[in-house]
Amino acid sequence: MSLQLDFPAVLERWPSFLAGAVLTLELAAFATVLGALLGTLAAVGRGTHNALIAGACKAYVETIRNTPLLVQIFLVYFGLASLGLKFSAFAVAVAALTINVGAYTAEIMRAGFEAIPRGQIEAAEGLALSRLQIYWHIILLPAIEKVYPALTSQFVLLMLASSVCSQISAEELTAVANYIQSDTYRAFETYIIVAVLYVILSLVMRAGFWGLGLLLFPRRRRLGTPL
Amino acid sequence: MGGHLNINHLMFLGQGALWTIGLSLIALIGGGIVGFVVALARISPLKSVRIASAVYVQLIQGTPLLVILFLGYFGLAAIGLKVSPLVAAGASLTLYVAAYLGEIWRGCIQSVPKPQWEAAEGLALSRTQRMIKVILPQAIRIATPPTVGFMVQIIKNTSLASVVGFVELMRSGQIVNNSLFEPFAIYAIIAVTYFAMCYPLSLLSQRLEQRMGRGRANLAPA
Repeated sequence: MSLQLDFPAVLERWPSFLAGAVLTLELAAFATVLGALLGTLAAVGRGTHNALIAGACKAYVETIRNTPLLVQIFLVYFGLASLGLKFSAFAVAVAALTINVGAYTAEIMRAGFEAIPRGQIEAAEGLALSRLQIYWHIILLPAIEKVYPALTSQFVLLMLASSVCSQISAEELTAVANYIQSDTYRAFETYIIVAVLYVILSLVMRAGFWGLGLLLFPRRRRLGTPL
Repeated sequence: MGGHLNINHLMFLGQGALWTIGLSLIALIGGGIVGFVVALARISPLKSVRIASAVYVQLIQGTPLLVILFLGYFGLAAIGLKVSPLVAAGASLTLYVAAYLGEIWRGCIQSVPKPQWEAAEGLALSRTQRMIKVILPQAIRIATPPTVGFMVQIIKNTSLASVVGFVELMRSGQIVNNSLFEPFAIYAIIAVTYFAMCYPLSLLSQRLEQRMGRGRANLAPA
């Protein structure tokens, strides 16, 4: 048993690693924003009185949460192709990740909606706020504030899960690693560096969300409750 | 093979599904054992043990499983061990599952009400006795629904073992697809199979959670 590591041979490819890391962050950013929208819509849909819409939203959430992301990515990839639509690997990756994270976001948002006391909504109705005002100020914003920690953890997990997009050759960090290790024959070193980069990316994302939370929810900062 | 999807293809996929279940059990048992140690280490009275286990959890939870699988596969090869994909995937999944289950179980142990600890201390039980006789029996009850729920994550995540050449459900689907080239139909079958394995566990986890909730509500003072 002898282990000889040669990091310089791999580290000289740093521009490729950097490009891969940037693409990973871009993938995560797009899917986070789109997935947050899709998930909120699905959560609202599940709460409506229309049985058809509620049922469809539930079916979406359960289907996605009980199948692997890898299978979903291939289904989107080949599904779009079989419809005769040609998209870049990046676009397919964003679409698949959005559909995936949307289902998890929907469940988190639903928990947030359920945590809004009924009396608050009745009080808002008593103050003659419009339906839209009630939805925005009394339901949506407080719900987001309540589930903010769970939401942001979900988005960090999404960034890590985006590594699976290497399987449809989106040029993100893991795909770059696969390429570099097959080129340099230094697989172990390559994946150690990539693992470190992912840990850094997730720390950066957590710090970013924490800062964003302080900006978005000043009330929480005043009360000193942990985010 | 070749031509249309026939009984042989389905048999092959079925075999893959059995390996998915097998690998999931390996990951659950291996990850459960290591995870239990991690959970205890996270609340150890020794600061160095607490820090070391926290670093382990942070590193694993900050790295994608795909990269951990590659590290296991190439890392074991780099130290001169010639390992099968099963060993590499089993070892990587064990490390991965241990970090998550360890954190879940730590939360469950810590959610046992503080007076229980104090009462056990008042009865002059040692730390080990307190843990085994008072805390763990209650923690296991709390931990059951989230652990069953996490089983779903384990089953889904074994699909990534396909990238290091382990022939579970996902990889067997890719192999069948290489001869038929009907990707959408085949991956749809694969998705349905994963759903059939995961959904009952999701429902069970939900039901257990509801029952626990009801139990707690009954205990709450009027």
